[in-house]
Amino acid sequence: MTKGPLTVALVGNPNAGKSALFNALTGARQKIANYPGVTVERKAGRMLLANGAPAELLDLPGSYSLDPTSPDEAVTRDVVLGHQEGQRQPDALIVVLDANNLEQHLVFAQEIIALGRPTVVALNMIDLAARDGLVLDAKALEEALGVPVIETVAVRRRGLPDIAAAIGNVVEHHPDHAPLPAHVDMVERRVSARAMAKGAIISETSHRRLHRGLDKLLLHPWAGPPILFALLFVVFQAVFAWATPFADALDAGVGALSEAAVTYLPAGLLRDALTEGVLAGVGSVVVFLPQIVILFFFILVMEATGYMARAAFLMDRLMAGVGLSGRSFIPLLSSFACAIPGIMATRSISDPKDRLTTILIAPMMTCSARLPVYAVIIAAFIPATKVGPGIGLQGLILFALYVAGIVGAMVVALVLRRSVAKGQASGFIMELPRYQWPRAKDIAIGLWQRAWIFLRRAGTIIFTVTVVLWLLLSFPQARPGESQVDASFAGKIANGLAVVVEPIGFNRDMALALIPAMAAREVAVSSLATTYAVAAEDEDEAAEALGVQLARDWTLPMALSFLAWFVFAPQCLSTIAVARRETNGWKWPAFMLAYLFGLAYLAAGATFWIATAAGL
Amino acid sequence: MEQDSVSNLADQPLGTAVRVVSVDWDRLESGEARRLHALGIDRGAVLKLAHRGIFAGRDPLAVEIGRMTVALRREHALAIAVEDAGEETVHPAQDFGSAK
Repeated sequence: MTKGPLTVALVGNPNAGKSALFNALTGARQKIANYPGVTVERKAGRMLLANGAPAELLDLPGSYSLDPTSPDEAVTRDVVLGHQEGQRQPDALIVVLDANNLEQHLVFAQEIIALGRPTVVALNMIDLAARDGLVLDAKALEEALGVPVIETVAVRRRGLPDIAAAIGNVVEHHPDHAPLPAHVDMVERRVSARAMAKGAIISETSHRRLHRGLDKLLLHPWAGPPILFALLFVVFQAVFAWATPFADALDAGVGALSEAAVTYLPAGLLRDALTEGVLAGVGSVVVFLPQIVILFFFILVMEATGYMARAAFLMDRLMAGVGLSGRSFIPLLSSFACAIPGIMATRSISDPKDRLTTILIAPMMTCSARLPVYAVIIAAFIPATKVGPGIGLQGLILFALYVAGIVGAMVVALVLRRSVAKGQASGFIMELPRYQWPRAKDIAIGLWQRAWIFLRRAGTIIFTVTVVLWLLLSFPQARPGESQVDASFAGKIANGLAVVVEPIGFNRDMALALIPAMAAREVAVSSLATTYAVAAEDEDEAAEALGVQLARDWTLPMALSFLAWFVFAPQCLSTIAVARRETNGWKWPAFMLAYLFGLAYLAAGATFWIATAAGL
Repeated sequence: MEQDSVSNLADQPLGTAVRVVSVDWDRLESGEARRLHALGIDRGAVLKLAHRGIFAGRDPLAVEIGRMTVALRREHALAIAVEDAGEETVHPAQDFGSAK
């Protein structure tokens, strides 16, 4: 039949458990990229068929039908039909059904089966159905659908070998010219879905008691929002408190490496480049890995449990107030981790004006790359005192910075929806998935992918930028009695920029940090570390923690102004690149850069002058 | 069906099963109409209003359809005309007694 490994695709409604099944079938061997020309994520992995042959497994975006209402759904349709550019039509399809929601999921399943491609149905989450008192007859369903139906529980690996065997079977025994079933429309499919679901349900007892109880509490008009905000507050406190021991350990590790380099390497440019450039720079960013992992942990758990959709429900009214919908809440919340997946997640917003507004304000959500900057400055200038039981002043300031970004974003959204992105307020239609206990393995895979992306950035962009910065800082070499930073190329560039940022309280070192931070915000920290390491009079001073050096050189208003700058400044080339790709042109990214830099300048200036006037 | 028993989905009390009599598709934006359709909210579907949102207007609404919960706005619900589903005709997903 087909030459080379087979291509198999998972299709199904959103929340059918496709991704869990994908993880179970492929393990951690996954490749995540984009489909060419669109920004829909292509998730591919390798699975083994029953005869030991490998097959490429695609996890297609969840869809309700082959009549797409979003770019995601359009990709699913095109791949399944073989119209997606650069993607071979899958040799077989696995339709994933949520056993708890057959009546709904069978509608799309019939549409897929009617295509006449080799198809296997995975009756997924059969364990949760059993928990909810639902007993199903897979054989009856198989007869009704006319394709193999296999009961699966992705998390317990139940049914996985049967899936692999069934795929091999349907591909091998698929007639080349299968007679296509008569065309039926959506209404007819829905009627037969109802009948099939009824025929497959042997018995049904308690009805989602847990689900209802949780929704009653979490969607309660008065209890729901405080619970959401309490949860978000806990997340931000945890990011600071839980990460400390791990960050300290990483910091000590970097310090030990640096000392070892000083001990064992001959003094000279290479050793300086290693200690002052690479270790000071990359090391100062890598120590924030624990905080980023903790933040992503909470976001992944909220997604996996189904709470994220409830958060969207609770936030919809508020978002509607600024002309957006609850749907924008999820991309914006993801932007707290990183604006790049956040901006990419806007694909699920069907209204173009809504989507544009969300893209434009996403960079204002405090992403994890700002955390290193905030963390260093807060630790250096804000005392670690308690302002209440369990509430530290440092955590409170951090929370305030997050709030500043959110409030700024809301105000900007309001303005944009009345000016450049004017249009009718869009609606909000969204399935609220069943609550689920998060699966440790899925969370672990997600965390590993995010941590790896962060470390790869540290190893590539941040590494390169710090080395270049170190070179610019170290040459030309200062004459005796002259400061090295003053004499260097970097110092001269920064002197030029310093004129511009002086009115908002920035000194030359801060101006210097802004330039390389365009590559990625967290580089501001590594550049400050490199700058102070190069400027240090002796080894002892160079080894001082960055915070100590900052506290000596900067005043509190300067530090606050620097923080305010980073709330708004669009200092991330990757975000700008993604915005360009998502909006198909330079117009909107340019607009984004201009308005965010303007806001950052105003906010930093106002902060500096108010703080100075207040005598801080 | 008697006209006087027909009202719109937005005004239903929480937890009462209602049947969709008609949907005024022209009131809905086409993408939203297709999405509602895809979710099975169409003539004949049995729905139950489960939650109302916060703040003024009690927007959005959470609607149970079969074993699924769907969030939608009040403006969508206003376009959906419903009648009391009555006990004997309740869909199996809502009524366990009648399931075979």
